Amino acid sequence: MSSTAKKKGFGATIWDYLTTVDHKKIAILYLLAGTLFFVIGGIEAMLIRIQLAKPDNDFVSAGLFNEIITMHGTTMIFLAAMPLLFAFMNAVVPLQIGARDVAFPFLNSLGFWLFFWGGIFLNLSWFLGGAPDAGWTSYASLSLASAGHGIDFYAVGLQIAGAGTLISGINFIVTIVNMRAPGMTFMRMPLMTWTTFIASALILFAFPPLTIGLFFLIFDRMFGSNFFDHTMGGNTIIWEHLFWIFGHPEVYILVLPAFGIYSEIIPVFARKRLFGYSSMVFATILIGFLGFMVWAHHMFTVGLGATANAIFAIATMAIAVPTGMKVFNWLCTMWGGSIKVTTPMLYALGFIPSFVAGGVTGVMQAAAPVDYQLHDSYFIVAHFHYVIVGGIVLALLAATHFYWPIMFNRMLNETLGKITFVFFFIGFHLTFFIQHFLGLMGMPRRVFTYLPNQGLDTFNLISTVGAFFMAIGVILLVINVIITSIKGQPCGRDPWGDGRTLEWAIPQPIPFYNFKQTPLVRGLDTFWIEKMEGNKEGMSYAEPISDIHMPNNSFIPFVMVIGLFVAGFGALYNQDADKPWSLVALIVGLAITLGAMIVRSLKDDLGYHIHKEDLLNDKGGNE
Amino acid sequence: MNLKSKFTPQSWPEHPELSTAEGKNKVVGFWIFLGGETVLFATLFATFLALKNKGPSGMEFTTQNLFELPLAFIMTMLLLTSSLTSVYAMYHMKNYNFKGMQAWLAITVLLGLGFLGLEIYEFTHYVHEGFTFSQSAFGSSFYTLVGTHGLHVVIGLAWIVLLMVRNAGRGLNLYNAPKYFIASLYWHFIDVVWVFIFTVVYLMGVIK
Repeated sequence: MSSTAKKKGFGATIWDYLTTVDHKKIAILYLLAGTLFFVIGGIEAMLIRIQLAKPDNDFVSAGLFNEIITMHGTTMIFLAAMPLLFAFMNAVVPLQIGARDVAFPFLNSLGFWLFFWGGIFLNLSWFLGGAPDAGWTSYASLSLASAGHGIDFYAVGLQIAGAGTLISGINFIVTIVNMRAPGMTFMRMPLMTWTTFIASALILFAFPPLTIGLFFLIFDRMFGSNFFDHTMGGNTIIWEHLFWIFGHPEVYILVLPAFGIYSEIIPVFARKRLFGYSSMVFATILIGFLGFMVWAHHMFTVGLGATANAIFAIATMAIAVPTGMKVFNWLCTMWGGSIKVTTPMLYALGFIPSFVAGGVTGVMQAAAPVDYQLHDSYFIVAHFHYVIVGGIVLALLAATHFYWPIMFNRMLNETLGKITFVFFFIGFHLTFFIQHFLGLMGMPRRVFTYLPNQGLDTFNLISTVGAFFMAIGVILLVINVIITSIKGQPCGRDPWGDGRTLEWAIPQPIPFYNFKQTPLVRGLDTFWIEKMEGNKEGMSYAEPISDIHMPNNSFIPFVMVIGLFVAGFGALYNQDADKPWSLVALIVGLAITLGAMIVRSLKDDLGYHIHKEDLLNDKGGNE
Repeated sequence: MNLKSKFTPQSWPEHPELSTAEGKNKVVGFWIFLGGETVLFATLFATFLALKNKGPSGMEFTTQNLFELPLAFIMTMLLLTSSLTSVYAMYHMKNYNFKGMQAWLAITVLLGLGFLGLEIYEFTHYVHEGFTFSQSAFGSSFYTLVGTHGLHVVIGLAWIVLLMVRNAGRGLNLYNAPKYFIASLYWHFIDVVWVFIFTVVYLMGVIK
């Protein structure tokens, strides 16, 4: 990013990215990998919609359809939405709090490679005997009965990717607790940082239950245990509990950073400070807290009893309160502002009604008796796509346009961006709005086809047409990115003109050490304050120019993950009698990982210093 | 501050583990990691409680006729004592007494090994009686809970030994002080988890 002065060779660039510990480069890696998986998940979505376009369709078989829906859900949640959010969190949060990097740059790299190879592992199942087919929730009663290795790929792949997520979550918490610049008190932190902080706390407490649940599944399928087998005393409901104790907070892990992105975009383009900042922070914390109290609303029909259902129903409805606070705060931020309708702002404007619609259907399902009717129908499919696409994907698209200048020192084309929005937004509502009615009319989710003349034909066709609109939108975005990469001009600092927070105050291209001098934060929206006071540099400084301590690049994270990747195959094929090499792979893989950990522990890694003289000549900025 | 510079007991800071930026990050990060570990063990405990004594019809293994309190009590005492000795080690670390710290850590490791030996004995004993990992849901959940703790003990021991060996020749500095500190945090955590295992698995198990 910062190496505009000297072009590096292709091999050197690859090696640089394989070993980098710089949060800005890791952000780009997350963006690339997340986009790759987003496209894969999107193709799967298109296949689903093509299959359902007309009744009695035989475009894909029933078994393949199950694999496609499973991989679509799993890929989109774990391998697309989360990494893309991590991309923006990595790119922006350290800059927003005035830090030179995250607290553990090494772990940042490790987290990325774990996610990436976990995702690859999962997707290799397509070529190695079939993908998982028990739905993204992989309920044990289905997944234990699933033949082949699909479910094993699911369990091991998610285990590897999940470890990466947990590591990244811890890293962000420590970064935000410890690395804030002087003056950046908690109540001056931008909302993107706040939501990253709370989402990371949710990751910390939500991912261990998933880890354990996946281990139970791995043990049951590969190593002969009996957690979920009722004939041996096991209990299949345990999986459902563990999965949803993870799964529901996961929704908030995704949506809170999305809220953070909107809370950054709206004040910039309404040119007003965020309305009700403290209540925004409070609402974020409250949503995070309540997010752990509601998991059993996914299990209303399991038969936990009226009391349990009532408690979880009320807790679920309660979440609408802090979410409503947020919606009104966004509206009030815009009220009376001088609004500039740019592409990111368009997405933010489109988000509010879309997400509210998803929230309203959520409260409907929170009423347990109604849920008995709606459970496992297309109404549910419509609901969670409204929340996830209308909330998170719109945020990702908005952030792509909004933060592109920070990440690449280029502006995406605004006209093309607005056309993208129109296609995507219309396509999204066309696809999913009508699915509410399909659900109410009784179409169950996860069916691979339906009979003609039951009143489902037209609506399904409309839904499929909408999906193509969304696909066109995404293709337009890719074209936009390609055009910008080839033709784009450096856009310099604060290209939107109304940036309010520290990340916009840094000169472009951002030097790899971020801040030559640690900034002094003098209030909420610190860049705005400096601008209003006529400070051309955009920052006050907390220290004179002095040596900067930087971490060394490292190849060890990559090696550790490759070890786990190999061990994953060993564990997976361990149950096959005809593959005696599997045990060797398991042992060798774990040995590689442990060996890399030991090397990491024994070798002192003190980093290096950029000297004051080099900083003054700005040689540090362009290595 | 140079991470590798030498100190005297007088110039050694009061909180060596927190006197560098890296140290602060390590300590805060490790506490947060332990928060995640707590949830991980909570999940295992919940599963154990749900599957305790559950097995194929006619299974005769129950916590009451399987567990022997004296053995569990000795294991508890070994691990509790090892936690105390690791406190002594940290006391010497804060006073810049490297040899004292290494010695107490060595004792900690020996006590931990004693615990581990008894746990291995206990497991082999159960397996000989036919109570295995695959025998029942009870077996699966018991071995997973107690075994995960045992794995933590192994990792903790390997970690402390590696630290002792690596730094034997060069003494204390601000680079390795946080490493010793968080290893001892980990050891305390293992100890706390065992207190819960002793209570929930063994004590609550033998109550008729």
